[in-house]
Amino acid sequence: MELSGAEIVIQCLKEEGVEFIFGYPGGAVLHIYDALFSQQDVQHILVRHEQGATHAADGYARSTGKPGVALVTSGPGATNAVTGIATAYMDSIPMVVLTGQVPSPFIGSDAFQEVDTVGITRPCVKHNFLIKNVHDIAATFRKAFYLATSGRPGPVVIDIPKDVTDPNVKIPFSYPKKIKMRSYNPVAKGHLGQIRRAIELMLNAERPVFYTGGGVVLDDASKQLVDLVRKLGYPITSTLMGLGAYPGSDKQFLGMLGMHGTYEANMAMHETDVLIAIGARFDDRVTGQVASFCPNATIIHVDIDPSSISKNVRVDVPIVGPVKKVLSDMLGVLDESGGEPKSAALKRWWKQIDEWRGADCLKYDRNSKIIKPQFAVETLHRVTKGDAFVASDVGQHQMFAAQFYQFDKPRRWINSGGLGTMGFGLPAGMGIQMAHPQAEVAVVTGEASIQMCIQELATCKQYNLPLKIMLLNNGYMGMVRQWQEFFYDGRYSHSYVDSLPDFVKLAESYGHVGMKIEKPEDLEGAMKEAFGMKDRLVFMDVVIDPAENVYPMIEAGKGHHEMYLSPGSELV
Amino acid sequence: MRHIISILLENESGALSRVAGLFSARGYNIESLTVAPTEDATLSRMTLVTRGDEAIIEQITKQLNKLVEVVKLLDLSDGPHIEREMMMIKLKAENGQRDEVLRLVEIFRGKVVDVTDTTFVVELTGKSAKLDAFIKAAQEESVVEVVRSGPLGIARGSKGLKL
Ligand SMILES: Cc1cc2nc3c(=O)[nH]c(=O)nc-3n(C[C@H](O)[C@H](O)[C@H](O)COP(=O)(O)OP(=O)(O)OC[C@H]3O[C@@H](n4cnc5c(N)ncnc54)[C@H](O)[C@@H]3O)c2cc1C
Ligand SMILES: Cc1ncc(C[n+]2csc(CCOP(=O)(O)OP(=O)(O)O)c2C)c(N)n1
Ligand SMILES: [Mg+2]
Repeated sequence: MELSGAEIVIQCLKEEGVEFIFGYPGGAVLHIYDALFSQQDVQHILVRHEQGATHAADGYARSTGKPGVALVTSGPGATNAVTGIATAYMDSIPMVVLTGQVPSPFIGSDAFQEVDTVGITRPCVKHNFLIKNVHDIAATFRKAFYLATSGRPGPVVIDIPKDVTDPNVKIPFSYPKKIKMRSYNPVAKGHLGQIRRAIELMLNAERPVFYTGGGVVLDDASKQLVDLVRKLGYPITSTLMGLGAYPGSDKQFLGMLGMHGTYEANMAMHETDVLIAIGARFDDRVTGQVASFCPNATIIHVDIDPSSISKNVRVDVPIVGPVKKVLSDMLGVLDESGGEPKSAALKRWWKQIDEWRGADCLKYDRNSKIIKPQFAVETLHRVTKGDAFVASDVGQHQMFAAQFYQFDKPRRWINSGGLGTMGFGLPAGMGIQMAHPQAEVAVVTGEASIQMCIQELATCKQYNLPLKIMLLNNGYMGMVRQWQEFFYDGRYSHSYVDSLPDFVKLAESYGHVGMKIEKPEDLEGAMKEAFGMKDRLVFMDVVIDPAENVYPMIEAGKGHHEMYLSPGSELV
Repeated sequence: MRHIISILLENESGALSRVAGLFSARGYNIESLTVAPTEDATLSRMTLVTRGDEAIIEQITKQLNKLVEVVKLLDLSDGPHIEREMMMIKLKAENGQRDEVLRLVEIFRGKVVDVTDTTFVVELTGKSAKLDAFIKAAQEESVVEVVRSGPLGIARGSKGLKL
């Protein structure tokens, strides 16, 4: 089979089983667009901004576990994609981004729409390639998909000069079955001796706690995690990125930990004697002040990336390996050993935890006459029976969604944690809906965040994506306002979101349904109506209490035991 | 602590900038870096000198290993090893000074590799400290130009850093 470079690009995508490619055309990728035109296998979704393409590919990836693919042109197309690439990089999301490049002979000449894409993206990709020859396309794609999806996943950029896709140069095509890279060998299993040591420590623990993260979701290891945690009967907390890997409604689950984590989760971290960290990277939003992090604990850490281990916090038992395999080996070793947890100590530990739980740290005013964001998220949970995919933007609404939508399944909570990218929610929701056409997909957002990628409402119209957008409209960059209230004596410098559009009319002008909801008693009915419109995108502008803050809160750089629990409260 | 790290990496354009970029992006020290292809033309060998406490060096080696183009890595400071650096130094050597310069070159076991009426170019190999000492001995006002390779390193013993 003789194919042009452009046709080979499409053929490679087919070989990799790519269903959708989110993209935006331009000069450098016109040959590829022409090849896309004459085929049906790979469906191209035309976004309205390249940032949207990368976030949509990212949402697709997070909700399916398969790599998301985006296609953008050179120069501004590539630079617009960078935010989405960095977002995926920080959260270890498998993605392949194809960028057009000026023809090879022009590279380095400041040609029209030339940027050094490989250079610009180098620090925010797992790896990137510049293809120099049409003969290299197939092997490069094979490598790119392999790199993006194996080991610690991440985005891979393939920069393709226009001449490489020349329709007039045809070469024989075959896709490499296997790829070997001598310099890249992700670990397939954890060290058994270390696993035995870990199990021994775990069985001798008196105040153990599991601290799990995005790695469990990325490796689809929920089942193994639930088996192990239930078997031991230990408490478990999760990072923002790991929510849903362990059922949020389970009694052993303490809620999220960290800056906006629950009192019980953070106190358990502070008092634990054996911390079992699984697929989590000890982020500063989680550890707070490192010096007072888990002061009494022996730390076990399972992670596939050696550089995650002992990066921010020294650990005692490092286990380098994929979560799923390590957890199932742990289960095996546990069975073999016939050992049992220390039941008396564990009972005492749970009693202590139940006391902490008694503080009811997520309480809020349920009789409020203005809609509370917490109430809105709880209502969303009720109306969707806790089974929706929830994509979020960044801010207070994100934290409320994380705290109040008890995720029971993995890959349902889709948000930008590491980079905290406003504008992520709506396009990510599109990727999720493309992958799961029958599922209910909610986008929780703020009036500031939504305006960062609002143009994608047109994409939703074009492809009939019936997202349900729940805008928690507090008129402020709430998260910024909260910090200004706490740490800048209420000087609300430029955090008021003035001159808001009429979101109902805006939604309608894009051909969608708009709703404005102002009273708590109207919320559930309106939301039911919205979710009842199975084939329409509904934009719910929910007017909420502008003064609400996210609690609990640990001030940046403070320890887990120093939390603000409620308005006006002292540190506890 | 000063560490000297040997790296085998794919001999591809871009590999070097990934290493250099890693150091600047993560705020690590880089004292010197030398790189050239090996006997296997698909591989380059890099010698990198850096400084940091134990935790930082651990992160540096882990982050380097994580780069897709890094094939193998060895922290030479972990064991006995040999370090050599090469220098070419252009010295003023006018009438009356020439003998003195030649004597210095001899003491340091250097070689004169270029001669003009007024200058010598001296080639000198050794530990970095020896090169420092030579520059000092040569006196500032007579030094016209200095070019140094940065240290190269190899482990002692029969084992080699190979694929
Ligand atoms: C406004 C805002 C507030 C936030 N507040 C909080 C907060 O209160 N609490 C909180 O937890 N976070 C919070 N975050 C998120 C925070 O910034 C980090 O993104 C998050 O804590 C990181 O989660 P993680 O440790 O699970 O790591 P991830 O980024 O999910 O990393 C996954 C880890 O698992 C490893 N891994 C990947 N695949 C595998 C595999 N197959 N096997 C083994 N290991 C694997 C990776 O190497 C990595 O170390 C907040 C973010 C924002 C934007
Ligand atoms: C692209 C980008 N710019 C700036 C920020 C800093 N930031 C974090 S939260 C936030 C405010 C978000 O406001 P809104 O979307 O209304 O959400 P709210 O906090 O009010 O729920 C800002 C500006 C960011 N995270 N991302
Ligand atoms: Mg807001």
